[in-house]
Amino acid sequence: MRIPCPHCGDRSHDEFSYGGAADRRRPTTADFGPEWLDYVYLRDNPAGLHRELWYHGSGCRCWLIVERNTLSHAITAVHAVLPASSPAMEDA
Amino acid sequence: MSGDCFSIFTLLRQAWTGQGGLKPMWREPEPKSAYDAVIVGGGGHGLATAYYLAKEHGMSNIAVLEKGWIGSGNVGRNTTIVRSNYLLPGNIPFYEHSLKLWEGLEQEINYNAMVSQRGVINLFHSDAQRDDHVRRGNAMRLHGVDAVLLDREGVRQRAPFLDFDHARFPIHGGLLQPRGGTVRHDAVAWGYARAADRRGVDIVQNCAVTGIRVEAGRVIGVETSRGLIRAPRVGLACAGNSSRVAAMAGLRLPIESHVLTAFVSEALKPLINTVITFGAGHFYISQSDKGGLVFGASIDGYNSYAQRGNLPTIEDSCEEAMALIPALGRLRLLRHWSGIMDMSMDGSPIIDRTPIAGLYLNAGWCIGGFKATPASGWCFAHLIARDTPHPVAAAYRLDRFATGHLLDEAGTGADVTMH
Repeated sequence: MRIPCPHCGDRSHDEFSYGGAADRRRPTTADFGPEWLDYVYLRDNPAGLHRELWYHGSGCRCWLIVERNTLSHAITAVHAVLPASSPAMEDA
Repeated sequence: MSGDCFSIFTLLRQAWTGQGGLKPMWREPEPKSAYDAVIVGGGGHGLATAYYLAKEHGMSNIAVLEKGWIGSGNVGRNTTIVRSNYLLPGNIPFYEHSLKLWEGLEQEINYNAMVSQRGVINLFHSDAQRDDHVRRGNAMRLHGVDAVLLDREGVRQRAPFLDFDHARFPIHGGLLQPRGGTVRHDAVAWGYARAADRRGVDIVQNCAVTGIRVEAGRVIGVETSRGLIRAPRVGLACAGNSSRVAAMAGLRLPIESHVLTAFVSEALKPLINTVITFGAGHFYISQSDKGGLVFGASIDGYNSYAQRGNLPTIEDSCEEAMALIPALGRLRLLRHWSGIMDMSMDGSPIIDRTPIAGLYLNAGWCIGGFKATPASGWCFAHLIARDTPHPVAAAYRLDRFATGHLLDEAGTGADVTMH
């Protein structure tokens, strides 16, 4: 499986670390309840299209959002979490 | 009893008569429109569940529904290791119950499953890791499980070919469970299937469940590719597909599906007469009776339902093999294959009721489901028949993620790539 990094080009997936489902949102409440249970433990775990995070640790050191099919491993879209001009990118 | 039994005499007779007198080991029934209970998933766990439901609880009007064929999933895709060398009080009695069932399995189902108690050695490579293994060994012995601490020479006696003086990971010793070993995995599926079939269980292959029908909070049956099948009790034992099937009932599980690859090498003369695990990585190896080395390592580490892994993981696995046994350098791989693991968020399984009455869940086996097959079936059958958890599986609750009673054997938190 090769991931087309928007900064570095097509790279083997072992240059990246997997960050899991991309659309989980950290709850704003500090109390453990259904929202935290959902965020920490529960997963959609779809068979098919999956939006997920990958960190390109052996390349641009940016977090990417990858749309990948979990049945075939085919990747249909990749984009950086932060735009290339953001201050966080320049620090990296 | 003839035709699907295999004594030396029937084998010899069949050799002279063109194998024409053998009959299938289980029937291929059309599914009935209703059963007392339905098990979704004809893998090792589902078949064992059906067998123990019939044998221990007198329920024979039951069906096992399998979308493919018997033995096509993880029960035919593992590295065949059985052991009960766990650490936590919620885990040890369950896995020890499983090992005891393995010890009596062949007599129980009258099938040669090649149960081989050749021992399992977990290596340690530092003083700190030795302490950790001593703690685990003591926990096992406090639960009445066998555990022996081996020093470096003790390991060398059993496995002289290991790289004891590896520059980064020298071998300091190992924790041995003498009663651990290997079992012929396919035979487990076939043996349980035949034994369940003989007790009247309908094993329905090529029957995919497409929906779970619920009325007023209670399950009433499943929709399948071969029509609606009514049942007041439905047990899900779907391994890597657990999330997909549970979603049919509106449940969202603490599970991610990941791909794990196993390997077998070309055949060698006898080299490894036990099971050895590498303590500085994640790698386990044994030798089959045919001579091939059977080994595996970690999951690839990303969500997958593909039953097919990627090359970096194969490279990693072979590097671990080389770090442990340099003599394997010129050995060729014969084949490798992958299965889909139902990775739970704390690394431990779930055998429990669900919020829907009559719907039961057996899932979250991570990469260690094969060794659990008999006890998983035993405890799931108990749960389905009596609607109460079996005592040795009482910790495998679905609500433990909400209540905080996690069973995190590796102490790594809700990151399935760390289990």
